[in-house]
Amino acid sequence: MTALALDEVVARYGDLEVLGPLSLELVRGQTVALVGKSGAGKSTLLSLMHQRWRTHGVALMPQDLGLVPNLSVYHNVYMGGLARYSRWHNLVTLARPYRRDVEQVRPLLKTLEIEHKCWSAAGELSGGQRQRVAAARAIFQAGDILLADEPASALDGPMAETVLATLTQAYDTAVLAMHDVELALRFSDRVVGIANGGIALDQPTHRVQASDLLALY
Amino acid sequence: MRGSASVRTSLWFVALAVVCVFFADLTISAHDPWGELARLFSGLVTPDFTQSDYLVEALIRTLAFAFVGVGLGAISGFLLAMVFGSRIVRTFCAFIRAIHELFWALIFLQFFGLHPLTGVLAIAIPYAGVFGKVYAEILEETDPQPRETLPYGTGSVIALLYTRVSQAWPQLVTYTSYRLECGLRSSAVLGFVGMPTLGFYLESAFAQGHYSVVGALLLLFYVLITTLRLWVRPKLVPLYLIAAPFLLGSGLPIRWQNVTRFFTEDIVPAPLRNGDGWEALGPWLMELLSSEALPGIWNTLVLTQIALVLTGVLTLLLYPIGSRHFTNRLTGPLGHTVLVVLRSTPEYLLAFILLQLWGPSMLPAVIALAVHNSGIIGHLIGRRSNDHTLRPDAPSGLERYTYELTPRLYGPFLAFLFYRWEIIMRETAILGILGIATLGFYVDSAIQEIRFDRAMVLIVITALLNIGVDILARWLRARLRLKHTAQSEP
Repeated sequence: MTALALDEVVARYGDLEVLGPLSLELVRGQTVALVGKSGAGKSTLLSLMHQRWRTHGVALMPQDLGLVPNLSVYHNVYMGGLARYSRWHNLVTLARPYRRDVEQVRPLLKTLEIEHKCWSAAGELSGGQRQRVAAARAIFQAGDILLADEPASALDGPMAETVLATLTQAYDTAVLAMHDVELALRFSDRVVGIANGGIALDQPTHRVQASDLLALY
Repeated sequence: MRGSASVRTSLWFVALAVVCVFFADLTISAHDPWGELARLFSGLVTPDFTQSDYLVEALIRTLAFAFVGVGLGAISGFLLAMVFGSRIVRTFCAFIRAIHELFWALIFLQFFGLHPLTGVLAIAIPYAGVFGKVYAEILEETDPQPRETLPYGTGSVIALLYTRVSQAWPQLVTYTSYRLECGLRSSAVLGFVGMPTLGFYLESAFAQGHYSVVGALLLLFYVLITTLRLWVRPKLVPLYLIAAPFLLGSGLPIRWQNVTRFFTEDIVPAPLRNGDGWEALGPWLMELLSSEALPGIWNTLVLTQIALVLTGVLTLLLYPIGSRHFTNRLTGPLGHTVLVVLRSTPEYLLAFILLQLWGPSMLPAVIALAVHNSGIIGHLIGRRSNDHTLRPDAPSGLERYTYELTPRLYGPFLAFLFYRWEIIMRETAILGILGIATLGFYVDSAIQEIRFDRAMVLIVITALLNIGVDILARWLRARLRLKHTAQSEP
């Protein structure tokens, strides 16, 4: 099993160092909540991880979701599985999805309460619905590691929990960037706080209280 | 207002055009021009649909050449768009699209003869160059993020189809169907050089003075183009594409020794072919430049300048009939129809008709170019004006035109006009085939005299001239900060 480690990584925009140098090791089977105020560098750190580990079966759920607005919800979810199927199978699916594959995706859409939107274009959905489509795509990808940037930001209470529970159930190993402290603590095993371009806190979740995190904001 | 860069540039263009008018031959030499025009109109009013076999064949062949040519062009253009990042591919595309369909047809006629391949390639090649560029621009503008989220190991073709092509699909379809309309016009015009399409039938009907048949052909052609959206359905397009190759007609067989001779002898510059050596090439080129290329370039530039400015003036006069701010429920559809008819008439066809009526001079060419192009731009600007919402107490009539809308639309208007500049020049050169002394005239004469080496040099010069104007237009657009994207192109 390959180690998932970042060693003294740095992120720059032009000459400006926005993140790092910073080291972080990920343990398999662990869900990490990445917390910090907006602009602290959570998204930058996630995209660094994505660049490093993308060959290791990473599923990415970026903040802008990366959906193709004029493809159907089904197609957007199916795109998570593109690498599993033959080129021919993918080509045919674009024009006419296989019923067997659709049946495989349906329960997932049902859990996330978007089954009725299966054949709607992703661009026609509300923000919350689109976020669930992106979550479904990440789950359907069935990779080894999930990197999700604010996966529940557009969802209200119960739905946010459903999505986070489904995501963490599908992925043992995950890094979730979150601004909602309470949710971050509920769905993670480890909390990493980012401030001033570095790691300001790195603790198992059970040792962290919501009030400890307030210092980061 | 006089200080604005756009207005200053426009005034320079107008001044230049006025100077050009003094150098241009704009006379009407026919002894009864208006009688001819009246006879044409009477033909349009009393169209003769009785020769239905003849008419149907003209339309079927026109459609078949358009579908096969545009289809092949779109497929090749798509492949070119995939590798458009390469400078060689970009230059190649610029070069093949700078040569007009009719020039390509004249070239292929020399070695494929009157075989359908000549017409098909004449459309497919320049269209591939255009499609390559525009498809690449459209794909470039899509959101790159979906590509990022794809699982590692996704094949690049599949990734492209699911992310960029899927996102750009509506624009790709819109643009391709617009080009299909252009392809129908190109296909019709190819008849004038001997392909079995509309132009061929039109020319013979004209020659025999059958104005009612001319009227019938023109009316059917307009109906075909205006109803394009009704019969070109996404589900039917594959059917058309499969059927079209079988409807091209058989033409004459290709004689392969002609093909070999064309490349190994005909297009080799005369001094080299005759064994006079490389040193004779310089004088040969100089002679060609001074006796044909330079006069051709001069006339092409003069005619282009006048046509461009007249197009602009006519557009500004015409756009209100395509705008909801100036029309009502009755005049709106009427204005729309007028613009559609203007833009559906290929400039070559119009110039041909006007030449028959008025006799040879630059005038028919100027009018034809201005009418067709102002129809296109007027339509686009009229539609653009509909996006603007005026305040409820906005003035009406002339004040609305001069104060409210024209200033707002002037930027897009100039952008479209500069975009058409290269196209107007391409057409100007080609109208020479009809006898106006632009570059096409010298190309055509060289071909008549079976001096293909000279014809090829002149065609390359024409292509370079077009590329030059395109670069100049792009520089002006950037300088005047006229926003211009692939989708806004007509």
